[in-house]
Parts: sequence; C-alpha cells; structure tokens
Amino acid sequence: MSTPSVGPSVGIVVVSHSRALGNAAAELACEVIGDVDVPIAVAAGLDETTPGTDAAAIATAIATSDRGAGVVVLMDLGSAVLSAELALDLLDDVGADPATRGRTVLCPGPLVEGLVVAAATASTGADRHRVSADAAAALGPKRSHLGLSWEPTT
Amino acid sequence: MGGLSVGQTVGSAELGRWLRAFADAVTENADELTKLDSAIGDADHGSNMRRGMTAVVGKLDATPDAAPAALLKTVGMTLVSTVGGASGPLYGTLFLRMGTSAGDRTELDAAGFAAALRAGLEGVLARGKAQLGDKTMVDALTPALDALDGALADGSGLGDALRAAAAAADKGSDDTIPLLARKGRASYLGERSVGHRDPGATSTALLVNAAAETLG
Repeated sequence: MSTPSVGPSVGIVVVSHSRALGNAAAELACEVIGDVDVPIAVAAGLDETTPGTDAAAIATAIATSDRGAGVVVLMDLGSAVLSAELALDLLDDVGADPATRGRTVLCPGPLVEGLVVAAATASTGADRHRVSADAAAALGPKRSHLGLSWEPTT
Repeated sequence: MGGLSVGQTVGSAELGRWLRAFADAVTENADELTKLDSAIGDADHGSNMRRGMTAVVGKLDATPDAAPAALLKTVGMTLVSTVGGASGPLYGTLFLRMGTSAGDRTELDAAGFAAALRAGLEGVLARGKAQLGDKTMVDALTPALDALDGALADGSGLGDALRAAAAAADKGSDDTIPLLARKGRASYLGERSVGHRDPGATSTALLVNAAAETLG
C-alpha cells in the first residue's frame, strides 16, 4: 500500500561565526528529528578555527538544501545577517535553482533554540513559512518557564 | 599631470595598482585598525581586512589579464569569503557593484570610475542599512564621492578629484570620533562609542587615499 507523497522537506541552513558552534547546534537539531530526512547544512566560520561568515559558502548551503520546498536560514549575530542577505544575491553564481531565492526565508529566531524548533517543525512536513514562524517564536517556552510574558517587552 | 591627459582612464592595470596599494595600507595599519576596533568593536577589523586584502593580492597575481568587471567581481567575492566580519559583505558588495557598473568596458573614464564607486556606495547603503552619521564606513565614503563628483563637475582631472576625495574621506573619518554608533557591534556600547574613531571609516579612508596615490 502506498501513501501519497508528502513532498520534500524544507531545508535548514545554520549560519554562525563559529564552525564548532554551527556543527554543535546542528547536532542538537538532528536529535529532535530522529530518522526524518530534513536537509540541514552548516555554513559557519571561515575554517575550523577562524571565526567569520562567508556569503558564498552560505549561498552554496542554501542551494544544496533546497529540494523544492525552500529553505529557512537561522543566523547568529552581526555579519551573519549581512552575509546571509548577500548570499541571496550570489545564488546564481553558485548554480542554484532560479526559484530558490524566492523560497528562502531568513528567520529572525535565535540560533540554537530557533534551529531546534525549525528542525522539529520541518520534520512534520510543515511549509517554510510555518517552520520560520515557529523558529522565530522559539524563545516562548523559555520565557514562559521563567515567568515572563511571551512577547518580549522593550 | 593635466593637459592632454590620455592617462586618465582606469583599466585593469590601474585597478590592480589601486588594490595593491590598499592592501599595503591595510597591512601597514592593521594593528591601528584593530586597536580602534578593540575600543568599540570586537578587535578584528585590522586582521580581518589584512587577511582579505592579502587574498585579493593573491587573486590579482593569479589572474593578471582579467577585464575590469571580472577583476572587480573577483575582488568582491574574495573579500566576501575571506574577511569574516561585517566588512566582508560590505566591502564585498562595494566591489561587486563596481564590477556590475563597469559592464563590458575595458577602460573607465573619470566619470565612469566615479559612477562605479557611487554604485558601490549605494550597494553598501542597501546592504548595511546605515545612514550618514551612524559612525560607519559610509561616513568616509559618502563625503569622498561627493567631493569626487564635485571636483569632476568643476573640470578637475581624475587625479586632482581623487585627492579632493581622499581629503574628504580623511575628514569624514575624523568626524566619526564624536558620533554615537548606530550600527554593528559598536552600537551595543551606546554612549561609550562616543570619542572613538570608527575603524570602518578609517579603512575606507585608506581605500580612497590609495586611489588618489595610484590613479592620479
């Protein structure tokens, strides 16, 4: 008996200044998805030990993570955001599907909590907007546990 | 010199001289740039830019015959992949946009070179979302290009116009000292960023000075 195809999973890209941090965060995320096939790519650090972000490497990670359902990008601070934005302009240069740019979402969620939530949501077959929205709200449970309101206050 | 200034165009050889001079200036001033960045940032601007420009010089050596657009694109992509900090996407965007502006020309005249720089600045503004007065590289580059355009409009040759641009970039860099940082790591410091020169504006002034020294 065959079940109808649920289609490809949303891809997730981890952008961090630190390769060690990016890999460790991805490892945490992999624990919550079990055997479900969610493409997760890490673009972090200039090499194993030099901190920094590389827009071309991010573009490649986005291109290889898009199986048709799009990509959600989680970033840490500072240049990670600028490099991820620039990466969208470099997708042609790395041979990405021309449709990939339009289905890539840069997620404002926190890197570690957001990534874990994004992976969990993606593993349910949710679309990229749902994945990004859940990841953006990933601090909610922590805030709630600490007795804070769910919405950050200024 | 003025007069029949057939030399006042910018092709790949001139771009290469400019970028090598910038690389030398960055290397010479790397410690100073990092010192500025340690006051208000994360103490890596000098080492990041030196690593990026050293890689750029390596690419220039490896591709001596590239046309201006290809050369500028290579410079931009190299910086994007080797600088690491926010200067990577920002300087990278500057040179990528310059390359797009150069199109298929093999030589840029003074107005064409100024237009390419202006396109680069617009890319930096769009990428970084900084405005004039936010204590960033924009505070050196904007007055520099305004001075460049103004001098060219008044009939100056490229060399004199670039010297005016360099003076304006230096002044713009000096003028970041009393500013409150509104972008990047320095903005976390709030009032404590006041009284320090912005490292990005400082390296941008080196870039414009290198142009004045090599393209005049």
